Amino acid sequence: MNGAFQWVAFHTIVAKEVRRFVRIWPQTLLPPAITMTLYFVIFGNLIGSRIGEMGGFDYMQFIVPGLVMMSVIQNSYGNVVSSFYSTKFQRSIEEMLVSPMSASTILLGYVAGGVARGLFVGVIVTVLSLFFSRLQIQHVLVTVLVVLLTAVLFSIAGFINAIFANKFDDVAIIPTFVLTPLTYLGGVFYSIDLLPEFWRVVSLLNPVVYMVNVFRYGLLGVSDVNVVASLLAIVLFTGGLFLWALWLLKRGVGIRH
Amino acid sequence: MSTALVLRDVRKIYANGVEALKGISLEVQAGEFFALLGPNGAGKSTTIGIISSLVNSSGGSVEVFGHDLERDRVLAKQRVGVVPQEFNFNQFEKVFDILIAQAGFYGIPAKKAAERAEYYLRKLGLWDKRESQSRMLSGGMKRRLMIARALVHEPDLLILDEPTAGVDIELRRSMWDFLIELNRQGKTIILTTHYLEEAESLCRRIAIIDRGQIVENTDMKSLLEKLHVETFVLDLAAPLVEAPQLEGLEVRLRDPRTMEVAVPKTTPLNHLFVALGEKGISVLSMRNKSNRLEELFLRLVERNLPTGGAA
Repeated sequence: MNGAFQWVAFHTIVAKEVRRFVRIWPQTLLPPAITMTLYFVIFGNLIGSRIGEMGGFDYMQFIVPGLVMMSVIQNSYGNVVSSFYSTKFQRSIEEMLVSPMSASTILLGYVAGGVARGLFVGVIVTVLSLFFSRLQIQHVLVTVLVVLLTAVLFSIAGFINAIFANKFDDVAIIPTFVLTPLTYLGGVFYSIDLLPEFWRVVSLLNPVVYMVNVFRYGLLGVSDVNVVASLLAIVLFTGGLFLWALWLLKRGVGIRH
Repeated sequence: MSTALVLRDVRKIYANGVEALKGISLEVQAGEFFALLGPNGAGKSTTIGIISSLVNSSGGSVEVFGHDLERDRVLAKQRVGVVPQEFNFNQFEKVFDILIAQAGFYGIPAKKAAERAEYYLRKLGLWDKRESQSRMLSGGMKRRLMIARALVHEPDLLILDEPTAGVDIELRRSMWDFLIELNRQGKTIILTTHYLEEAESLCRRIAIIDRGQIVENTDMKSLLEKLHVETFVLDLAAPLVEAPQLEGLEVRLRDPRTMEVAVPKTTPLNHLFVALGEKGISVLSMRNKSNRLEELFLRLVERNLPTGGAA
C-alpha cells in the first residue's frame, strides 16, 4: 500500500518536472541546442580543422563526447536547482511537506526530473553532432551507465544547492563559479595528457575529468583515466551525495523552521 | 466520539530563541467545528505548522485520529487537509494541474484525482478557471483554490488558517455555508480567524492561545457565559455635556450624542432604562459595542498581559 502510494507520488513529481521544462522549452531546451551548435561550428569545424588530431581522433570527434557530457551536467543540475528553489521561493513546497510523501520520494522525484532534462538535452546535442561528425559507440553499457550516473549526480548536487539557497543569486553562484570552470577544465576540449605533469595531477582532482573521459571511452574507446576506478568513484560519490541530500531534507534544512 | 486531534505538551523554540509555544495541550473531538483564536504572534500559525509538518516541534507529540504524527506519519497525514494563511501554490501552474498534483502527492491515481478535482472545482465555483494559471485568479478565487486543494484527498480533519482573510462579505458567507456543509458531512474542522463573529457563528468549541499558552479551552456557550459585562452604545435624542451617574453602571460619553454603558450580566436591561428615564435621557437606538466573543477575547488576552493589563 505504502509502496504503491509512494510510486504515484513519485510519478506525480516527475510528470510535473517534465511538464515544466517542456513548457518553458525556449529557456530549457533551445539554449543548449544553440550553444552546442556554436561550439561544433567554431571549435570543431573552424578551429578544429587547424588543430588536427587529439588523442588519435580528429578534433571534432574528440570534443563531441565532452560537449554532450557538458550539456547533461549543466541541464540536470540547472533543472533541479531552479525548479526546487522556485518551489521553495513560492512556498509551493508546502504542498509536498504536508502530504505523506517520504523525503526519499521527494528527492528521487526531483532527481528523476533533472535526469530527464539532462538526457533529453544530451540526445538533442548528440543528434546535432551528427551534422558535424559520425557517431560511434564502442561500449554501449559504459556509455549509458556513465551518462545516467552523471545526470543523477548533478541532479542531486543541484538539489543540495537549492536547499541551501536563500535567494536567486545563490542558485547562479555554484553553476557560474564552480560548475563551469570544472567542466571547461574537465578535459572537454583537450586531453589532460597534453598538460604539464603538475597540472595533469591537479586535473585529476576534478571529478568532471572522470565523467568526460569515461563517456569518451564509451563512445571512442579511449580515456585518460582508469574507467573501472572512475565508474566506482562516481557511484560512491553519487551515493554519498544522495545520503547527504536525504538527511538535509529529512531535517528540513532550509525548508522547515 | 473518537478524538480527531490530540496535542500533548507541544513546544516550539525557534532558532532565534523565541519560545513560540510553551507546552500546548489540546484535544479536538471528531466532528467538531473548533476555533483556535489568539492575537497576532500568539502561536496559532506555529501550532498549525507543527500539525501540518511545516514546522519542526521542539517537544511534545501530535496525534491525528489515534495516529502519532512521527511514528505513523503516512496514516496521520492522510487524514489532514490544511488551508494555509498565505497563498502557496506555483503561480505558473494551471488550477486543474495544481489539484491533480496535490492528489498525486497523496497517492491518488490520476483518474480518481481528475474526478475529485472536477468535483471540488465545481463545488467552489472554479471549474471555469481550471485552465487558468493560478496567478491570474482574484484573491477570493485563490482562497477557494486553497480550500479545494486541501480537500482533494478527502481528509477527515480540515485545518483552516484565516480562511476568510481579505475576502468580501458575500464570499465569506458562502464559504461559511460550505464549511458548515462539510462539518455536517462529518469532517472535523479547526479554524483560526481574526473575525470573531466568524468563530461565534460557526464553532461550537473554542480555544484561545496567547503568548504560546492556551488561556481558555471550552465550548462556546460556557465561554460566553464568562462574559460578566456587556457594553452597549446608545444614540441619544438630545446632546449631553457630561456622562450621567447611573447606579451600578459604568458610563462613558463618546460624544455629546453617543453614550457607552457597561452593564453587568446580572443587571436586567430594564434597570438601565429606568435609570436613564429618571435622568430624563431619551435613547433613539442601542447596539452592542462589539461582538460578544470579541469583548471576552479582549478581556482574556488583556488579563494575560505581563504588566497586569487593563481591566
